Amino acid sequence: MSARNIGIVYRKELTEALRDRRTLITMFVLPLIIFPLLSVGFGAMIAVLIGKAKEESPKVMIIGGEDSPGVLAGLKKVPKIQVVPLEANWKDEVINKQVPVVVEIPEGFERNLAGQKEQTVLIHDYEGDLKSEIAKDKIEKYFNEYRDSVVKDRLAARNLPVSILKPFVIKPHNVAPPEKSGGALFFGGFIAYIVVFLCLNGGMHPAMDLTAGEKERGTMETILSSPISRSHLVLGKFLLVLTTALTTAALSVISMGISFAIANALQTKPIQAGEADTTLHIGFGAALSVFIMAVPLAVLFSSVLITISTFAKSYKEAQSYIMPLIFIVIIPAIAAMLPGVELTPKLALVPILNVSLLCKELVIGTYHWNYIAIIFASTCVYASAALFLAIKMFQRESVLFRS
Amino acid sequence: MIEARGLSKRFQDKKRGEIRAVDNVSFTCQPGKIYGLLGANGAGKTTTLRMLATILEPTDGTAIVCGHDVIEQPEKVRANVGFLSTATALYPRLTAQELVEYFGRLNGLDEATLKKRVDNIFNRLDMDGFRDRRCDKLSTGMKQKTSIARTLVHDPPVMIFDEPTNGLDVMTARTITAFIHECRDNGKTVIFSTHIMSEVEKLCDTIGIIQSGKLLSEGTLAQLRDQHHEQDLEDIFVKVVAPHYVSAEAN
Repeated sequence: MSARNIGIVYRKELTEALRDRRTLITMFVLPLIIFPLLSVGFGAMIAVLIGKAKEESPKVMIIGGEDSPGVLAGLKKVPKIQVVPLEANWKDEVINKQVPVVVEIPEGFERNLAGQKEQTVLIHDYEGDLKSEIAKDKIEKYFNEYRDSVVKDRLAARNLPVSILKPFVIKPHNVAPPEKSGGALFFGGFIAYIVVFLCLNGGMHPAMDLTAGEKERGTMETILSSPISRSHLVLGKFLLVLTTALTTAALSVISMGISFAIANALQTKPIQAGEADTTLHIGFGAALSVFIMAVPLAVLFSSVLITISTFAKSYKEAQSYIMPLIFIVIIPAIAAMLPGVELTPKLALVPILNVSLLCKELVIGTYHWNYIAIIFASTCVYASAALFLAIKMFQRESVLFRS
Repeated sequence: MIEARGLSKRFQDKKRGEIRAVDNVSFTCQPGKIYGLLGANGAGKTTTLRMLATILEPTDGTAIVCGHDVIEQPEKVRANVGFLSTATALYPRLTAQELVEYFGRLNGLDEATLKKRVDNIFNRLDMDGFRDRRCDKLSTGMKQKTSIARTLVHDPPVMIFDEPTNGLDVMTARTITAFIHECRDNGKTVIFSTHIMSEVEKLCDTIGIIQSGKLLSEGTLAQLRDQHHEQDLEDIFVKVVAPHYVSAEAN
C-alpha cells in the first residue's frame, strides 16, 4: 500500500469534485440551505395551520333544542363557536367540510333531565378533519361541564358531598426525563433517517462520476495507462466518495442543530408548568456520537456505490442501478422511525436498520454500550466486505472494459 | 525495446462464444525505430497495444517492455511507457497544467523535477498560453498537445500510439505525426497502430499487417514489396488480408 499514490489520486479527485456543480449542490447547498428550510419551514407551517384552526370560530348547527332554551343559550355562549341556522342538507354540509359539526339535542332534553331519564346528545362530525375535531372538542367540553353541574345539583339536592363520585383520582406521571420522551423520541428517529439518507445521497453523484463517468468520458483508459496500481486508484476514489458522504451528513446534522436552536429561540411563549417540553435540540455530544456511528455506514455506502457504478458503462446506466438501492436504504431507515421498533440483539445485526435505531437512542442521550459495540463492529465488517468487493470489481478487465 | 512473445487474448462473448482477439502474436520493436501495426477495424490492433501497455492482461504469451514482463511487473512497464490514443481523454475539470502534473506525480516524479519537466514541455509544445485553462475549454488541437505533454512528462523510453490520428483534422493530425517522428529521433522505441496506408508509408521503419488477431506479414516496406510482388502498400495489404477477411466478418 502506498499512501503517497492514494493521496495523489485523492487530491486530484477532490480538486475536480470541488469544481463540479452537482457535487457542490449535494454536499453544501442541500444540507445547509434546503434542509433547514424544509424542516423548520415545514414545522412552522404546521404550527401556524394548527394555531389558525384553533383561533377560528367554527360554525355549528343545532338540531332540536327548541324546547330546551337553557342548553341552547349556553351553547351560544361557548367562546369561539358560531351557531348558524340549521339547513336541511346538514349532513352534506359536514361531508363537504362547510360546517365542522352539527349537534343533535334530543326532544324534550331539559324536561327529561328533570325527570332523570337516560338520553343521548349526538355530535355529528368529520373524523380526522382538524377543524371538525377542534369544534367537536369545544362542544363536548361544554356538555361535559353542563353534565357535571347537573350531577352537582342532584347531589346537593340529596345532601351528598361531590367527592362521593370521585373516591380517588387516577393520574399518569411521566418519570422519563422530558428530553428523552414524547416528541423527542420521534425526533431522534427523524435525525437518524436524515443522516442515513444524506450519507447515501452525498456519495451518490461522485461515485457514479468517478467510475462510470470516467468510462464514458474516456479518461479511464488514460488513467489505467499510468503506473498507479488499480487498487490504489480505487482507494483514492473511494476516499473522495467517503469524504462527500460524511461531509453531507455532518453538515446536515450541524445545520439541523442550528436551525432548531433558532426555531426555539423564536418561540417566545414560555413553557407552562406541567406542559410537555416540545422544543427540539441536539446536544453536541449526541451529534458527535451520531456522526461517529455514521462513519462505518458511510464506508459501506461508498463502497457499494463504487462497486455498482464501476460495473456500469455510463453515468445513466449507473443511475438506473442506483435507484433501487435508494429504496433498499430508505426502507430500514424509515422503519427505525416507527414507534415501537426498538433495538434487539437480532436487529442489531441488520445493516442500516441497526445504525438508524441506535442513532435514535443516541440523539436523546441514551447510550447502550453493548449495542453500540455490536453495531459498530458489525457495520465495520459489512463495510470492509463491501470495500473489498469494490477493489476486486475495479480490477476486473471484463468490468472496466465492458462493451 | 518491445518484445511480444506469442501474445494472445481471448474474450468470452455471450452470443459468439470464445473470441480470439489476438492470436499468438510475436514481434520486436527496436529503439530509435517506428513499428507500424496496420489492420482493419476489429483486427486486434487495439487489444495488442493495450496488452503492451498492461491495460489488459494477456491470456497466453507475454511481452517484455524495457526488460520488464507485462504480466509480472505491469506497474514498472507502465512507468516506462507513454500511451496515447484517441480514446485517452483528459479530465475536463483539471487545467492543462494540473493534468500533466497529476500524471507526473503518478509516475513518481518529485516536485522539483516535476516543475522543471512541466515548464520545459509546455515551453517546447508552445502551450504556455493555455496552461491554466480547464481541459473542457480547450480546442481539439490544444487537447492533443496536452495529451502529448501527458505522455512525455515522465520521459518514457517506449511510446505506444493507438490510432492516434483517428478523427482528427489534417492540421492536428500533423502535430501528432511530427511528434511520432520526434520520438524516434530521440531514440525512443515507438509502436503505433493505424488503418491509414499513407501514415504507415511515411512513418514506419517496420510494418506488421494484422487481421483476425494474427500477425500475417511483417517487414520493411521494401521487404513487403518484394515478398508480395506489389508496389502499392494498399495492394499489398489487400493481398495479405483478403483470404482472412471473409472469415473475420462471419465471426
